[in-house]
Amino acid sequence: MNTKVTIAGVTLNNPVMTASGTFGSGMEYSDFVDLNRLGAVVTKGVANVPWPGNPTPRVAEVYGGMLNAIGLQNPGIDVFVERDIPFLKKYDTRIIVNVCGKTVDDYLEVVERLGHEPVDMLEINVSCPNVKEGAIAFGQKADHLYDITSRIKRRAKQPVIMKLSPNVTDIAEMARAAEAAGADALSMINTITGMKIDIHRRRFALANKTGGLSGPAVKPVAVRMVYQASHAVKIPVIGMGGIANGEDAVEFLLAGASAVAVGAMNFVDPCATVKVIEGIEDYMARYHVENVTDLIGAVDE
Amino acid sequence: MDEKTVRKKKVTATVVSQEQIAERIYDLRLETELAQDARAGQFVALYPHNAATLLPRPISICETDRAEGQLRLVYRVAGKGTAEFSTYGAGDTLDVLGVLGNGFPVARAAGRRVFLMGGGIGIPPMLQLAKELDAEKHILLGYRDQDLFLHEDLGQCGQVYIATEDGSVGVQGSVMDIIKVNGLTADVIMACGPMPMLRAIKQYAAEQGIDAYISLEERMACGVGACLGCVCATNGVDSHSHVKNARICTDGPVFEAREVNI
Repeated sequence: MNTKVTIAGVTLNNPVMTASGTFGSGMEYSDFVDLNRLGAVVTKGVANVPWPGNPTPRVAEVYGGMLNAIGLQNPGIDVFVERDIPFLKKYDTRIIVNVCGKTVDDYLEVVERLGHEPVDMLEINVSCPNVKEGAIAFGQKADHLYDITSRIKRRAKQPVIMKLSPNVTDIAEMARAAEAAGADALSMINTITGMKIDIHRRRFALANKTGGLSGPAVKPVAVRMVYQASHAVKIPVIGMGGIANGEDAVEFLLAGASAVAVGAMNFVDPCATVKVIEGIEDYMARYHVENVTDLIGAVDE
Repeated sequence: MDEKTVRKKKVTATVVSQEQIAERIYDLRLETELAQDARAGQFVALYPHNAATLLPRPISICETDRAEGQLRLVYRVAGKGTAEFSTYGAGDTLDVLGVLGNGFPVARAAGRRVFLMGGGIGIPPMLQLAKELDAEKHILLGYRDQDLFLHEDLGQCGQVYIATEDGSVGVQGSVMDIIKVNGLTADVIMACGPMPMLRAIKQYAAEQGIDAYISLEERMACGVGACLGCVCATNGVDSHSHVKNARICTDGPVFEAREVNI
């Protein structure tokens, strides 16, 4: 059985990664998960300088999922390079660094710093719904997405994954814009903007009022978008959104994803990533699938 | 916060017993290996069985029985998850994540005069703390009304003083009024309770020039320091993001009062 997949020239031992922001830089989950088992660790978004994030409450549970409005709290690239990359280098897993910024120059500064670091790929966050400047402002209009992608591509030393927002009218158009600008891969979906109101106190559940919806509740939306995007472009798509087990992961692969990421379910089961890997292997054994790549886009049309 | 952190685990625990001890307050005893690792002021996170309520519920540890391998949790029904827990009986099983957080710095109070101050559902962690503390213990408990709980257990660990908001038992008012009415003094405070109470304690400790260790709570998702959901503003830079936003789940829940902006 061969579970290896190759994305933009980078080979992963298996197609399972962590979704940015749900796994820290791996350290917080190393009590539960052997990080060597993971195809890749995708880190929490990092900016050029530390960001304090949003006021609390930052998280709220909803039916079958959760809302978050963390606001990309992060230590900035200096601490990240000194602490988090050396930690991850101890493991046999690929390192994908999620990059965020308020301006294009912020992104470029981080991308250039990482050019000298032993990281395998960059994931560019142009889809966080919880910060007012930057981030999603670049990810909701095709021409803005094209512009930032092409500027990052000119400076990046590593392959560039553009992480797309589901909060758009036409995901295929956004996927084509990123591809045309030179993106090496796409990942989706980031969270869906949502809201929750405490009716007894007549208050918003989140201090930010709105937050990003994730968890099993979003999975059908994510599968649909991965299908549409992967059929609109030739570059690989990394699928995520509510993946809880191997069966969910296989669904994304069949829809057209070349790899998958586990997000909110890490909070529900700290061992979720490894269970997803084992579940994919079980499926491959059951259906006599030799190469996991045989599953990519293999839904019967 | 002084001792080495033990490895966190997700385990399946078995309910030994559960009883309701006050309005919406339940006393749950679990058989779990986590009992061996637990210290006063730490917490565990319980997972509801209902898949629509995904996230683990953080609940403070009321009492640890290492010999029996049991944890005692006293919690209030506050929503769908805790409502589900309240239906569990002996022999039922549930998944538990733990042991989480840093706990109270018991050694720093050894041999001194200590206020243990608990308000409402902040009272339960005071029991294990009272058992672990080798000190002159004054236990100040604040309730809404005469629907008391855990005061008898705590009475076996030190001098208990009670305040009720409606004045039906003890001093009318809050735990702060107990100090005034009885003319009490302390070298150290350890406390858990609602935010207005913790703010008052922070101010009182600053005026008296004494140390206060307060246990905070906030909406959490992961419980292990990854999601950055449960932060609290701090005066110094935090260990994770270096932005003066400490994680209550891992850097806390117990903080030195002067370190946090509440």
